[in-house]
Amino acid sequence: MAKVALMDFDKALELFEPVLGFEVHVELNTKTKMFSGAGNPAHPENHDAEPNTLVAPVDMGLPGSLPVVNETAVRYSISLGLALGCSIAPSSRFARKNYFYPDLGKNYQISQYDEPIAFDGAVEIELSDGTLVTVPIERAHMEEDAGKLTHMGGSTGRIQGAEYSLVDYNRAGVPLVEIVTKPIFGADRRAPEVAKAYVAAIRDIVLALGISEARMERGNLRCDANVSLRPRVAVGEPVPPLGTRTETKNVNSMRSVERAVRYEIQRQAAILAAGGSITQETRHWHEDTGTTSPGRPKSDADDYRYFPEPDLLPVAPSEALIESLRGALPEAPAARRRRLKAEWGFTDLEFQDVANGGLLAEVDATVKAGASPAAARKWWTGEITRIANAEGVEPSSLVAPADVAALQQLVDAGTLTDKLARQVLEGVIAGEGTPQEVVDARGLAVVSDDGALIAAIDEALAAQPDVLAKIRDGKVQAAGAVIGAVMKAMRGQADAARVRELVLARAAE
Amino acid sequence: MSVDLTRLTAAELSSLLSTGEVSSVEATRAHLDRIDAVDGAVHAFLHVNARALEVAADIDRRRAAGDALGELAGVPLAIKDVLVTTDMPSTSGSKILEGFMSPYDATVVTRSRAAGLVPLGKTNMDEFAMGSSTEHSAFGPTRNPWDLDRIPGGSGGGSAAAVAAFEAPLALGSDTGGSIRQPAHVTGTVGMKPTYGGVSRYGAIALASSLDQIGPVSRTVLDSALLHDVIAGHDPHDSTSLAQQWPSFAAAAREGATGEGLRGLRVGVIKELPDSGFQPGVSASFRAALALLEAQGAEIVEISAPHFEYGVAAYYLILPAEASSNLAKFDSVRFGLRVDVPGGTVEDVMAATRDAGFGDEVKRRIILGTYALSAGYYDAYYGSAQKVRTLIQRDFDAAFSSVDVIATPSAPTTAFRLGEKIDDPLQMYLNDVTTIPANLAGVPGISIPSGLADDDGLPVGIQFLAPAREDARLYRVGAGMEALLVEAWGGPLLDRAPALATAHGTEGGAR
Repeated sequence: MAKVALMDFDKALELFEPVLGFEVHVELNTKTKMFSGAGNPAHPENHDAEPNTLVAPVDMGLPGSLPVVNETAVRYSISLGLALGCSIAPSSRFARKNYFYPDLGKNYQISQYDEPIAFDGAVEIELSDGTLVTVPIERAHMEEDAGKLTHMGGSTGRIQGAEYSLVDYNRAGVPLVEIVTKPIFGADRRAPEVAKAYVAAIRDIVLALGISEARMERGNLRCDANVSLRPRVAVGEPVPPLGTRTETKNVNSMRSVERAVRYEIQRQAAILAAGGSITQETRHWHEDTGTTSPGRPKSDADDYRYFPEPDLLPVAPSEALIESLRGALPEAPAARRRRLKAEWGFTDLEFQDVANGGLLAEVDATVKAGASPAAARKWWTGEITRIANAEGVEPSSLVAPADVAALQQLVDAGTLTDKLARQVLEGVIAGEGTPQEVVDARGLAVVSDDGALIAAIDEALAAQPDVLAKIRDGKVQAAGAVIGAVMKAMRGQADAARVRELVLARAAE
Repeated sequence: MSVDLTRLTAAELSSLLSTGEVSSVEATRAHLDRIDAVDGAVHAFLHVNARALEVAADIDRRRAAGDALGELAGVPLAIKDVLVTTDMPSTSGSKILEGFMSPYDATVVTRSRAAGLVPLGKTNMDEFAMGSSTEHSAFGPTRNPWDLDRIPGGSGGGSAAAVAAFEAPLALGSDTGGSIRQPAHVTGTVGMKPTYGGVSRYGAIALASSLDQIGPVSRTVLDSALLHDVIAGHDPHDSTSLAQQWPSFAAAAREGATGEGLRGLRVGVIKELPDSGFQPGVSASFRAALALLEAQGAEIVEISAPHFEYGVAAYYLILPAEASSNLAKFDSVRFGLRVDVPGGTVEDVMAATRDAGFGDEVKRRIILGTYALSAGYYDAYYGSAQKVRTLIQRDFDAAFSSVDVIATPSAPTTAFRLGEKIDDPLQMYLNDVTTIPANLAGVPGISIPSGLADDDGLPVGIQFLAPAREDARLYRVGAGMEALLVEAWGGPLLDRAPALATAHGTEGGAR
């Protein structure tokens, strides 16, 4: 592949105004699928299902099968629409989007087209310095996911060069809500950050509603990022029309969304500045190289021959249902942030550290599971984020908040030192079990048996006979040498403070 | 045993079964023998159930054990091949589904089995129910028992012919634009298209989802009502099925047969239906039937339905549009025919399979429908057709404010000859002019025999239409009309059908 020219980011922003738009797909965690009674792989109970075991006739497009709308998915969608500040349509319809593809059993996707269930909303997002930005929402509509293709026999795992492909229809029919923003203007040099903060805000909302597992690495939350540039003009000159956009598909972490937007701004700026033009197309994000590459050309003239789905009645939620769901909404993210900040007693900097990491939900859940806010913050923004960044995954995918709280409880109880706790965390992430199980299995607990410590101290004192005298002379720091030797002998599994106490006690004898 | 069990109505058979005078095995064997004898010539069946006698024996056992059984338990049933069944192939008359075994039963099949009906086999049909003659079946046409050189109607010609040829007392059909009623008309049988949503479509291989409806086919109005009672009612698998309790249709038919309901009945006759397009013998039979009704105290009222004339045009946009999407699933990936293309892509295989698997009429309608839904044409075609549909619904609403039922000839002509219209799709489509409005409006319609055309001696049907959800009214009126006609004829119309040569010699001879 020819080397792609990129313009320096600051230079690009000087010449062009970026305009953003996002389509976020949220997989709902209902027990069954959008239109069938088959188990939903996005429900926690079904994560490990074998291929093609979560299928009903309608998911396979079998002759004679008919879709039936999942009422829970409708309620979840209404709640999400309300949380996005949208109006809820008193009546909305499903349509058929017709196209042939082997992962689509019926060769049409049932999706809402001209009559979405929710429309005209706004989401307030917070940037790293606390600036609030309002993202306008065009619509949120219900649809079904397609199956999954695995291309076999090629070297790349992609369709080119593959000998054959396997189809798994488990994902076919998973309930999705697609949230579409209006064009977002004025983000300017903060465009990449706005992108990340927007996805984080959507994730916070669906987690607070409890309607999705929201694990980006599992595809529960998928972001398509639209970027276009238009030249900056002097004040008073007519504003140029929107530039041609690209749509970078299925970016699967918040950090990647940020990087992808930044990359597209730099790439498009280089092309435009060189007198070229942008091809309207979908692009693929490559996590490893941090680049995008062309997908299929996309034009507004793609003809999906939409028409109202004749197998389904319009979705017409009662006013009473909408109001009861409105009444049950969790607090808005902005209000929640204010409340959590006050409850946790964090400084601005500490709180932004958590918020910018997209870790509010994790810290909140960890605190609820019994950890102190400070300890929860330290774990999530520290060690867990470090490992997540190294592995290129979301911190939330590594460990459950309850395990983090349990880990901290072991530290608080003196069973683990900070250093040992980090080893236990590694074990938990490696799937070795709960923190207690890892402690037991690896034998990592602090040696709290004074007898064992005293024996080690005696041994160290025998090797350094002058230490006790020095301590008695008031040179208390001399204890350090003994403490170090004891810790070494105990392979770190001792509480240094206790060792120190015992050494000083010996000197006082 | 002196009675020929195949000549009995389902109601008659059911009473003999309930008293134990006849076993289901005997009744089923009689029909299997009849199929064996005449179906080589008629070709009503695509598949005969090899386990029919086992099912019948099970019903007999349950009856002997004193189990509570439905009224139709033990009565044989023919099933249109558009309905999926777990124990017999389901092809919808298409090569693309040849040999296809469904992992689930259509809801109407499940309900029929639960009621103890004995599935005899699957009946022939125009491919994917597209046609009015069964000549578009991929497995060869069905022939009309009244004249083997003529069509049995379509798309459900197999079900109608099976019943008319005494191969089955009852059959299930599907009606998208007349596929139950027009075959009834040309074979001297009864066919009912219920209110849209009155019977579950789950497991009916979809042609046009907003028009398709499953219904009963039989030789008498009461028999259709009995089968309708079995299959009616809400189905959670079909979102468009109505959530309402239906009255007993059999009770309505029995009550109607007394003739009491005809006095004061207001029967609407549509003034815009042109006499010119109708065969004189069909018009004459229709008028004679109206005269009989009038003599019984019914009032014939001329009504206006100005938009019915646009019905065929609207129908042939809506149907292909929905069908083009419904038939997209037949792509070789998961089931059905697969035509391999060495070195080809999945798109190549899909295209080759659909090219080899679909017949010309199916391709014609897929192309029409794809075009009608295309961006830039949608409003002019599909959109306009939906507006016509609304106007036709309003015509019905207006008409039913002044009449109880509407009567029309069931179709413009008697059975035409095989091959006569096969190369003229427009003529074929115009055959549906009287039946299509009911599908567009979702109202119920029934066709019952009104006599033989005086110009060619072939059967003619009269169609009654009622407001949506008033299916029982059609059984009441239909049974009243039937009783008058049968009395006038001195016996059922089918008694006048010519005897069929059987595979084992002359009909009625020693077996």
